[in-house]
Amino acid sequence: MSRTPQPYADPYRAGVALGLVLLAAFVVMGRGLGASGAFASTTTEVATLVAPQRAAQSPYFARYLADGVPPWRDWLVFEILGVVIGGGLSAWLAGRLRRTVERGPRLATGPRLTFAFAGGGTMGLGAVLARGCTSGQALTGGALLSLGSWVFIVAAFGAAYAVAPLLRRLWT
Amino acid sequence: MSAPLPLGATLGESSSLAIAFVIGIAFGATLERAGLGSARKLAGQFYLTDLTVLKVMFSAIVTAMLGLFWLGRLGVLDLTRVYVPETYLVPQLAGGLVFGAGFVLAGLCPGTSCVAAATGRIDGAVTVAGMFAGVLVTGAAFGSIGGFAERTALGVRRLPDVLHLSYGATVLVVVVAALAAFAIAERLERVARGEEQV
Repeated sequence: MSRTPQPYADPYRAGVALGLVLLAAFVVMGRGLGASGAFASTTTEVATLVAPQRAAQSPYFARYLADGVPPWRDWLVFEILGVVIGGGLSAWLAGRLRRTVERGPRLATGPRLTFAFAGGGTMGLGAVLARGCTSGQALTGGALLSLGSWVFIVAAFGAAYAVAPLLRRLWT
Repeated sequence: MSAPLPLGATLGESSSLAIAFVIGIAFGATLERAGLGSARKLAGQFYLTDLTVLKVMFSAIVTAMLGLFWLGRLGVLDLTRVYVPETYLVPQLAGGLVFGAGFVLAGLCPGTSCVAAATGRIDGAVTVAGMFAGVLVTGAAFGSIGGFAERTALGVRRLPDVLHLSYGATVLVVVVAALAAFAIAERLERVARGEEQV
């Protein structure tokens, strides 16, 4: 843990590598990458275990129960498990594993974690409405030139730039 | 003669899930190598001090887009068997706006929050927990907002159809847009470092 962390990779090289991973998913599986879908499947699985009748009544959870396969046996759930392993392994190899709370210079740990939770919740709502996030819509749908995905990209970054000046205290 | 790829439906469930896991490892590792497990780095995108997000995402999109185009053209990949997300115009616009606000609050997106959590960042783990809460609450309330989420369903709708351009011309437009964005990003970073005036 005391090793000096290696610097991050060149963003363009990392981007090309990420693009090749995405291309591999298209070529092998005929589908792209995702992240929020794994959250949706896992949430459906838990909701079904805790309150099966209520979960089946929600048209949203019903989407993930329709095919009869348990929601956790989903492509994106296994992909995200891989993301966690791959991300952790890569950081470990580069000496970048650190138990920290990343926050802006003016923000204390408690508020940072509150904002992180609120941000996660807000993105959860947004991803349900948009049927995907920066992975499933922006990267995957972007490379496939899907109209809705490009609308999502413009809306998400547009809103982020509109909101950022109001949240300056969080990050600067 | 039909194109041999994608394998997709010819694979059994177990091998599909195993491939998903392996692709996920590569996905997580590239995000981590790029520094996208770091919320401060991601937030730099919105304050124009560090444009790594734009550079990584746009070069990934261009790489995959060019790969799809050329593999399709060479007859190696059957593009009609690649799943394209359907367009729901208004909910995707609204969802994108909400998502963007959450992106700045958390400094992470769903995929990168998993990488942040895996690399020891507590804020990443809390963002993951927030995502679960958000999906659970939205899913439970879907009876009342579901109608909105199903609006303006246009099916598979792609930019070439909307722009009235050929597939190849649209690809070229995106490549040129990416190169212009990279040039602007480099300039903005030089300005942020004080090496250049606006």
